[in-house]
Amino acid sequence: MTTKTEVPSPFCGIGTDDLVLNVDGKSINVLANGCAINTPAFEQAIGDIVPRVNGKEVAIEDAVAQAADILKTSHQTLIGGCATDVNGMRALVSLADHNGAVVDNIAFNTTRRNILALQDSGWMTTTLAEVKNRCDLLVVIGTDLEEVSPRFFEHFIWNESPMFLEAGAQCKVIYLGKEPSGQSAVSPAGVRPQVLPCADEDLPEVVAVLRALVKGNNISHYEVDGLALTDLQALAGQLKGAVYGVVTWSAGSLDFPHAELTVQVICELVKDLNGKTRCSGLPLGGSDGDQTANQVTAWLTGYPARLSFAKGFPEYDPYLYDGQLLLENKEVDALLWVHDFNSKALPPEGVVPTIVIGRSGMHFEKEPAVFIPVGTPGIDHCGHAFRMDGIVAIRLQKLRESGLPSTAEVLTLIDQAL
Amino acid sequence: MIIKLTGGMVYDPANNVNGKALDIYIKNDRIVSKQEVTQVDQEIDLRGKIVMAGAIDIHTHVGGGKNNIARILLPEDHRSDPVAATELTRSGTGRALPSSYVTGYRYAEMGYTSVFEPAVLPVNARQAHMEMGDIPILDKGGYVLMGSDDYFLQMMTAKKDQQAINDYVAWTLNATKGIGVKVVNPGGINAFKFNQRQLDLDENNQFYNVTPRDILSVLAIAVKELGISHPLHVHGCNLGVPGNKDTTLSTIEGIGGLSMHLTHIQFHSYGVEGDFKFSSGATEIAEAINKNKNITVDVGQVMFGQTITASGDSMKQHANHKHASPNKWVCMDIECDAGCGLVPFKYRDQNFVNALQWAIGLETFLLVEDPWRIFLTTDHPNGAPFTSYPHLIRLLMDRSFRNDMLKTIHPEAQKMTTLDTIDREYSLQEIAIMTRAGAAKLVGLENRGHLGVGAWADITVYTPDDNREKMFEKPDYVFKDGELVVRDGEIVHIKWGTTHIVTPEFDSGIEKDLAKYFSRHMTMKMGNFKISNDEITEDGRNTLTVQPTQRGIL
Repeated sequence: MTTKTEVPSPFCGIGTDDLVLNVDGKSINVLANGCAINTPAFEQAIGDIVPRVNGKEVAIEDAVAQAADILKTSHQTLIGGCATDVNGMRALVSLADHNGAVVDNIAFNTTRRNILALQDSGWMTTTLAEVKNRCDLLVVIGTDLEEVSPRFFEHFIWNESPMFLEAGAQCKVIYLGKEPSGQSAVSPAGVRPQVLPCADEDLPEVVAVLRALVKGNNISHYEVDGLALTDLQALAGQLKGAVYGVVTWSAGSLDFPHAELTVQVICELVKDLNGKTRCSGLPLGGSDGDQTANQVTAWLTGYPARLSFAKGFPEYDPYLYDGQLLLENKEVDALLWVHDFNSKALPPEGVVPTIVIGRSGMHFEKEPAVFIPVGTPGIDHCGHAFRMDGIVAIRLQKLRESGLPSTAEVLTLIDQAL
Repeated sequence: MIIKLTGGMVYDPANNVNGKALDIYIKNDRIVSKQEVTQVDQEIDLRGKIVMAGAIDIHTHVGGGKNNIARILLPEDHRSDPVAATELTRSGTGRALPSSYVTGYRYAEMGYTSVFEPAVLPVNARQAHMEMGDIPILDKGGYVLMGSDDYFLQMMTAKKDQQAINDYVAWTLNATKGIGVKVVNPGGINAFKFNQRQLDLDENNQFYNVTPRDILSVLAIAVKELGISHPLHVHGCNLGVPGNKDTTLSTIEGIGGLSMHLTHIQFHSYGVEGDFKFSSGATEIAEAINKNKNITVDVGQVMFGQTITASGDSMKQHANHKHASPNKWVCMDIECDAGCGLVPFKYRDQNFVNALQWAIGLETFLLVEDPWRIFLTTDHPNGAPFTSYPHLIRLLMDRSFRNDMLKTIHPEAQKMTTLDTIDREYSLQEIAIMTRAGAAKLVGLENRGHLGVGAWADITVYTPDDNREKMFEKPDYVFKDGELVVRDGEIVHIKWGTTHIVTPEFDSGIEKDLAKYFSRHMTMKMGNFKISNDEITEDGRNTLTVQPTQRGIL
C-alpha cells in the first residue's frame, strides 16, 4: 500500500492537485481533499479489462482488427465523446485525418455557447490564481457554482492570505440567476452571498439590462423579470467600484436557446468595465477533457473540437458537425466513441456499427460491435489535461498497474491497421 | 550513410566562406571532412546551386496558449487556406497562425530548420512544449517570459540580492525547459492587473515600486552571470506608441553595456513628427545600435495584409484593441505570472501608419550596419505570417524592387521615409549571417547554423534567381540532420527535431520558499509545476538537447 500526495485530477476542471490517495494494488481510496466529483472518479473499481467483439471476449489484436474493418468500410465515420488526454486526442485526430472522420467533443453543444461568443467578438478573461489573489467581487451568473465545481470557494475565494486584498478584506460574492444549492459560498466569517434570483430564461434580458446600466444608459422600468432595477443598479455600481471584479458562468448551466448571446453580453459587459477599472470573465468548464479536446484540435487543425476531415482537410462548423444530429439524420454510418473518464458516458444508441474505447466499467444497454476498455489518464497511465482556464496544463500521474492500455495506444493501433 | 554534395556555391559566414564552390560530405547526421569518408553512398551535383546552412528563426510565435486562442478566434482565416493530407503529410490549415504540422512543413519548405518561440509563459510552458512537439522536422526552443510575475516582483521590492534573482531565473529555466529569458513590457503586464494603463521606462509599477529599468538591469545581469548564451530578450516599454523611440534609446543607453536583444524593434522606433504626429525613428535607433555593440535586434517587419497580433503585452494589446480588424479581440490575465492579448490586424498599404511601419522596418534593416547583430523576423504573426520571408528578402536584396514597392504605398508615408535614398542591397552572405550563422550564435546553438566539419547537417540548397523571392521560397533541397526532407520546395520525408534548452545551475535551497509560495498563493503545487524530461521525450519523437552555458552543463 502506498500513499500518494499532491495528485492532480483530470475530472473536476479546476486542476485540483492536492489530493491524498491510498493505492492498494488496484484499489484507490481518497484520504484527503476529495469532493463529490473527484472521490468517486478516483475510487471507481476497475471493471472489464478484456476487449469484446459483439459481446464476446477477444484479444486486443482481434478487437483492433474488427474496429479497423468497420472504419475501412464506413463511408463517413463519426468520432464522438473525444474525452481523453492530450496524447489520446493526438491519436484521435491522426486517425480522423486518415479516415476522413467527423470529430465531435461530447461537451461541444455547451462549449459552443462560449466559443461562438469568442469567435464573434472576443473577451477578456482571467485564470484561477488571479482569482485567488486579486478578486474582490465575484459575480456568478446563472450557475450553481458549487455543484459545477465543489471546491471552488475553498480553493480560490476563502483564502487565508490573498496577495492583493487588504488585510482582513474578503471577496464579496453575488449570485445572479440561480441560487447556490449549498453553503460553500458562505464566507468563513459567516457572510452569506447576495442573491439576485431570476429564472434561467430571463437571464438574457437581465444581463442585457445590467450591461446597459454599466454603460450608463437609462432604463425606464422599475422591475426586470422580478428583480428591482435598483438592485441591478447596485450590482452595476459594485462592478464599477470593484478593484478586480470577476464574472463567472458555466456554459453548461446556461441551458436556454441562444445562450451564446447571453455569454456575449456578459463578455461585452466585462470589456465595457475595463474602460475604467479591471474586471475579467471566468468561463468554467474543463472537466473530462473538454478543454483538452479543444486545445489539441486547435493546434493540430486551427479549429475547436467539432470538425470534419471528410474532404481531406479539416473543416469546422459548430452546427453542421453536431454528432447527435449526424446520427439522427443518418449522415454517418459508423461511430467511434472515446471516453476515458466516465464509465457512465455511453455512446448514443443507434443503428450504426459502434466501436467504444471507454473507461473500464462501462455497462451497455446495447452491446457495441467493439468494446475496448482503456485506462484512465491520471490513474492508469501518465498524461496531460487542460484545466478550465485553457492555459494551465496539468501533468497526470500513473497511480497503479492496471494492465489497461491507454486510449492513445489503442487508437494508434487502429490507425495503423487502417 | 554518406552523402556528397558536389560543387555548390557555399555561403557559410561562420567559417568565412563567401560564395565558393565546395564539396560537402554528410555522414549520418553531421558534416564531416573528406578524409573521414571512405565511400560515397549518394552524390548530388550542386554545381550552379547556392548552398547555405538551414535557416533559423530566432523569434516566431509557434507554440503556446496565446497562439491557440488566436487560432480559435479566427476560423475564417483558416478557411481561406485549407491544407489537405497527403500520403506523407498531415492535414491542417495555414494563414496567419497555421496549425502545428503546417507550421513545420511550410518552414521546412522555405529552407528553415529551427524555430524559437519567444514568449513561453512559465505556467503555460507545458502547453508550449506540447504544441512545439507537434511541429515536424524543425528544431525548436523557447524563451521563458519573466519580469511581470508576482514572485519576481516581490523579490525586487524586498531588494533580494542578485544571487537570489539568479537562482530564481535559473530555477525557472530548468523548471520550464527554456533556452533563454524574455521580458515583455517589464513589469507592465503586472501593472495592468492593478489597472495601470501606462508604464514608461523610469515609471514605477505602482504596487511594487519597481521600474522597468530596474527589471531589465537585474535580469540582464542574471543572464550574464548564469552564463546563458542568449542575451536577455527584450520586448520593451511603450510598444506601438508614437514617440517610443526615446524610450528605446534610453533602454539601450541604460543597460550599461550588458548584452541585450531588443526584439521587433520596428514597433519601438516611432517619432512624433509630421502632420500625423507619427514618424520614423529608424535613423536614430540604427545609429544607437551601430554604436552599442552589446545590442542585437530583430526587426518585426510589417507586411501588408490580414494577420493577428499575439503578444504577452496585455497592457498594450488592450490599448490597441480599438484597431482590431475584424473587430474582435482577447485579453487575458494569467496566473500571477503574465498575460496575453490577441488583436487581429489588417495592415494596409494605403493607411499612413501601416505604410510607414513597413518603411520603418526596412530602414532599420538597411541602416544597421552589422548583419551579425540584426535578425530577419516579422515577429510572426504580429507583423506578418512567416511565409512572407522570401518577399522580405527580396525587398532587402533588390533596391529597384524595393523602390517600386515604395511608390505604391500611402503618399504621405512615402514623404516621411528616407527609404528611397538608401542604396544598400543585402548580399547573399549577409542574408546567410542574419538567418543562419548570426542566428545560431545569438541563440547559443552549438554546431548549428554553419557548414563546417562537425556541424549538424542542416543544409538548404537554392537555385540562384535574380528574383530573390522566387529563389528563397522554393529551395531545391533541404536536409535536416543529414536527412533529405524537402525536394523542389516540397516535403519528401518526415523526421522530428530536437528541443534546445539550457540548464543553468542554481541553489536548490530556493525551492523551500518557492514550494511554500506555490502552496499558499498559486493553484498548483510546485512539484506539479515543474516539467519533467520525459514529458517532452516520452512520445518517442522528440528529444532534448542541452546547450552549454559558460558555467558548464548541469
